Amino acid sequence: MRRMTVIAGHYGSGKTELAVSLAMELAQGSQREYPRLAIVDLDVANPYFRSRERMDLLEAHGVAVYGDTFHSTGATAELPALTAALRAPLEDEGCRTIVDLGGNDAGARVLRQFGKYFEGNDHELWAVVNFRRYETLTLETAREHVEAIQNELQIRVTGLVNNTHLLRETTAGIIREGYEKARALSEAMNIPLLFTCYPAGIVQPEELEGISPLRPLGLYMRPAYLDK
Amino acid sequence: MITDKVLMKGNEAFAEAAIRGGARLYFGYPITPQSEVPEYMSRELPKHGGCFVQAESELGAINMAYGAGSAGGTVFISSSSPGIALMQEGMSFLCSAEVPLLAMNVSRGGPGIGGIQPAQADYYQVTRGGGNGDYKIPVFAPASIQEAVDMLYAGTDMAQYWRNPIMILADGMIGQMMEPVRLPEFKPVLAPHEIAGKRDWACTGYADRGGDQNRRVVKSLRMQPEKLEEHVEKLFRKYAQMEKELAKYETENLKGAEVVFVAFGTTARICREACEILAAQGVKAGLIRPISLWPFPDKAFDEIDFGTTKAVISAELSMGQMITDVKLALNGRLPVYLAHRTGGMVPTTPEVAARAKAVLEGLK
Repeated sequence: MRRMTVIAGHYGSGKTELAVSLAMELAQGSQREYPRLAIVDLDVANPYFRSRERMDLLEAHGVAVYGDTFHSTGATAELPALTAALRAPLEDEGCRTIVDLGGNDAGARVLRQFGKYFEGNDHELWAVVNFRRYETLTLETAREHVEAIQNELQIRVTGLVNNTHLLRETTAGIIREGYEKARALSEAMNIPLLFTCYPAGIVQPEELEGISPLRPLGLYMRPAYLDK
Repeated sequence: MITDKVLMKGNEAFAEAAIRGGARLYFGYPITPQSEVPEYMSRELPKHGGCFVQAESELGAINMAYGAGSAGGTVFISSSSPGIALMQEGMSFLCSAEVPLLAMNVSRGGPGIGGIQPAQADYYQVTRGGGNGDYKIPVFAPASIQEAVDMLYAGTDMAQYWRNPIMILADGMIGQMMEPVRLPEFKPVLAPHEIAGKRDWACTGYADRGGDQNRRVVKSLRMQPEKLEEHVEKLFRKYAQMEKELAKYETENLKGAEVVFVAFGTTARICREACEILAAQGVKAGLIRPISLWPFPDKAFDEIDFGTTKAVISAELSMGQMITDVKLALNGRLPVYLAHRTGGMVPTTPEVAARAKAVLEGLK
């Protein structure tokens, strides 16, 4: 795995859940390839549901969190301001860094100013796709979406992630439907499909026979009362 | 085509529902946490033959809505708290002139420019109105994205039927969160030449009226006090009818409840979980969820089990505004307390449950 993982995708594709769960997994893992671990929250498009909201949990597990200037868990300003400090984990060769972008190509745009850190081979760019998002229901619209992100960033997408879901209404059938489309997208774009996510506790891995690799995703970001 | 369920962000779903409901005109100005609505409209409305205008301010937007609505257009506007405040003068004008409008407030913390996190402190603003004069606007408060979609979809016709603005009040959480929704099919839309016939009051010009030479006037200026009084009384006969027809609510577990929460929108969802926490602790708690905020669903309160219920708690994301209507509806039958956070803070479910226990404890 490369040192920096940039996670892009549609609003609601599950970028932030994936970023937080990946950071937590790396933090709790026994083997650490890099001495330091950081999550860079570059979501300045969206005022709610950002990875910096889980700063306390992440930092308690040794994940440094870089987001806004105030290093706060709440949205403190409407001005999309980033902290200069977030260049540190991008530059630090001893830091495994996960970059959580804002939604869509517009949300991803903010990464452009850090383009020089992604000129080498030390990174990967994942595009998370949810084929149950209204604007990426088909192969064609999903392709347009991934291409828009790639064009905006001027960085090649190195892998696709199938995270087709309807939150707590996700079924194995919905994931399978998305998997078939993701495979077709992978073939059409000549980009590897890295893995398929499933919501832990809602769909069982046994229901997803034939789909691999699989990756469970917790719902770190969503308050429980939203599902009452 | 009725779609399978799809995952949508609240604001995107609101915009799509308004388009599917027949809205083809949108005027607005971006403001967090609802900026995805104008963004979506600017991109999608032209594909449906509609028109998006970014106004120079919310003052401009509401007056564009006044003009387009007067000409018989199906108009949707949206904003967030301070932006809705700027529109209040226009709301009064639209009510007086009986111009239909579907409006949405995705509300945030105040007063003033406030913050961008969810709040319900615009309850007075939208139910009492910040504009001048005697007028009323029906207000509906969704607790889920699907409910908001259904309200907006129905809202276009409702506004035309009553010839009045209709307001959907969602807090920022409903606008920003994601949920699975089933989108309704596209409603047929009137062609411009059909408007004069179907909306027989609209200022369309004479061309499409088949020789009808009667003048159509949409106005709010009435200089003779007798005429103005007559007009306001006519409006209030309409509002009385709205009160009979539009009050809407849901109740849960009122039978045998010791304590009853009253909450709308996101807060209702928090209270639902708080009821479960209380049940696990042996306290029976019920919920009244007003769906219409004006007319306020007074009748819901007659369903309270007065044999068992000792207290009613108005749960709000404000310093307590709906609580006034809760007290009016109860008319002294039970003591009323407040459970609240404000400024964009959202109470946790254990906090709300603890408040209910403390209230019951205090009554012993």
